[in-house]
Amino acid sequence: MKKIFFTIMTLVVSLAMISCNNTTTNTGRKAQKLSGAGATFPLPFYNVVFENFAQVNGDKVAYGGIGSGGGVRNLKDKIVDFAGSDAFLSDKEMAEMPAVIHIPTCMGAVVLAYNLENVKDLKLDGELIADIFAGKVTKWNDERIVALNPEAKLPNQTIIPVFRSDGSGTTFVFTDYLSKVSSNWAEKYGEGKSISFPIGQAAKGNPGVAGVISQTKNTLGYVGSEYAFAQKIPYASIRNKQGEFIKPSSESISKAAAGEIPTDTRTSITNSDALGAYPISCFTWIIIYKEQHYADRSKEQAEVTLDLLQYILSDTIQNITPKVHYAPLPLKAKELSIKNLKSVTFDGVQILK
Amino acid sequence: MNDKIYKTILFLTALVVPIVCGGIVYALVTDAYSAFEHFGFFKFLTSSQWNYTQGNEQYGALPFITGTLLTTLLALLFCIPFSLPISLFVGEYFKGSLIASILSTITDLLAGIPSIIYGLWGFYTLRPLLIALNISPQGSGILTASLVLAIMIVPYASSLSAEFIKMVPNELKETAYSLGATRMEVISKVVFPVSGSGIFSSFILAIGRALGETMTVTMLIGNTNNIPLSITSTGNSMASIIANQFGEASGLRLSSLIAIGFILFLITAIINMVGKMMIKHARIS
Repeated sequence: MKKIFFTIMTLVVSLAMISCNNTTTNTGRKAQKLSGAGATFPLPFYNVVFENFAQVNGDKVAYGGIGSGGGVRNLKDKIVDFAGSDAFLSDKEMAEMPAVIHIPTCMGAVVLAYNLENVKDLKLDGELIADIFAGKVTKWNDERIVALNPEAKLPNQTIIPVFRSDGSGTTFVFTDYLSKVSSNWAEKYGEGKSISFPIGQAAKGNPGVAGVISQTKNTLGYVGSEYAFAQKIPYASIRNKQGEFIKPSSESISKAAAGEIPTDTRTSITNSDALGAYPISCFTWIIIYKEQHYADRSKEQAEVTLDLLQYILSDTIQNITPKVHYAPLPLKAKELSIKNLKSVTFDGVQILK
Repeated sequence: MNDKIYKTILFLTALVVPIVCGGIVYALVTDAYSAFEHFGFFKFLTSSQWNYTQGNEQYGALPFITGTLLTTLLALLFCIPFSLPISLFVGEYFKGSLIASILSTITDLLAGIPSIIYGLWGFYTLRPLLIALNISPQGSGILTASLVLAIMIVPYASSLSAEFIKMVPNELKETAYSLGATRMEVISKVVFPVSGSGIFSSFILAIGRALGETMTVTMLIGNTNNIPLSITSTGNSMASIIANQFGEASGLRLSSLIAIGFILFLITAIINMVGKMMIKHARIS
């Protein structure tokens, strides 16, 4: 009996030692495990980044795509190292937790996908989109749509708007844009992750909305660019502030952030006045605490967190964004972020020199 | 000694289920409390507002209660013409024959198909069909969800009803035949009156299944937070609104979603209880 007990104990102990004996990184320190949670919008991008990061640095990063709100909630509960969010925190939300910084990681957009027979290049403008989703413009051959698309054969059919049934950063970016371009929209519906759309039908997630659109004629809905680009569904050109009709692409999305950005990078870049900018573009952020010593985090973990963020901001990673259907950050946003990272501390001591 | 241990273990394992059930109710009530407190229980039940605007959040369960009850009732209506003939076929006309056992096996197989498969079938097959037939412009809605739900609950309703039909004593039927009754008359005058409450209760249990169905309904109902005004309009059921929105919900909205879960729990419990009571009643008569 005693013998069996000892054998089992030795086995357990040796197993525990094997699992503790982590691989060391190139720099000689122990490999760390980071965990983050949040937005699903940048998930495909983050998957590539974290995989590369694990190869380069040896540190593992686990990221759960549970939605921006869930990510921020986890950060508040101090159970993750970072949160991913498509919407920056409001002043009120910032006041409810210890100081945080926002680091933009890449850019994306919201595209207007449609299903119309024989219409190849649909053109729309902001106010028109707002009126369609508000139920004011109901037919595809409405004179306002015809005026923008004189050559297209628009059917005499009811427009079916399709929107997100779940709370989503995509909805936030879309309605943020509509609120900027239409005072009627701002007054009646406003912007938010969930909006009470008056008409149309809803589906869960980008795949849900895109699925309904591709299956149903005469629909118009909004879909995250990363999903629309990957799936190659037809989407509309939108008139920007300069009066140009712009198709969403990596270049036109990046141009939307060409203007001035506040130092904390918390800004909405929809309806940008830059030339060639796609008007419904957005940043996506990683949010971390300014003071990295919380819960039972070690200094190494804090250092790796900053390593990861610097890595994301590096040219190597920013250059692969178009390949995974996102858009790179403009120079200004990168410079500001590096500066913001330098303000991060551990026990009050600055981490990055 | 052994018997005592056996008894204790049995007692403890049996105790787990009531504890879990009690825990669920407790968690639902405590988490839903702030919504009920903020809006008032009856106001929450009867309000049709579902407004996210910060600072002016208004949540009411009426659109979703309507959506759930409407889809369930329609599903029941659609399922009766299928499940009743199946149960008669299996329980009376071809009782004990090979073809009856094949049919009942196939029907029971329907119960084993995961709901996501029904959802996919509804989304890619039934929805385009409804659009092509010009029944509804967008395809999804109360009607689509009810049709698929109806197919899903056919096995629940039919296999139990078949059992009750089989239980009708042969003496009764033979007496009726000897008095010169036709088969139709035996079924309508003897089989149905005797097994009626049993059949009724099997439909009640089928309703219980339809009430809580989430995945299929979420995929097909259109997910809009309004009270459905016609059977082709879009809506949301209690289960589908929770599935749709819990991910990004917090604070009052999360509490309201849990409150909806609690109401759904109550409705399902009541309906199941009624069904059970009817079965008991059926056995006695």
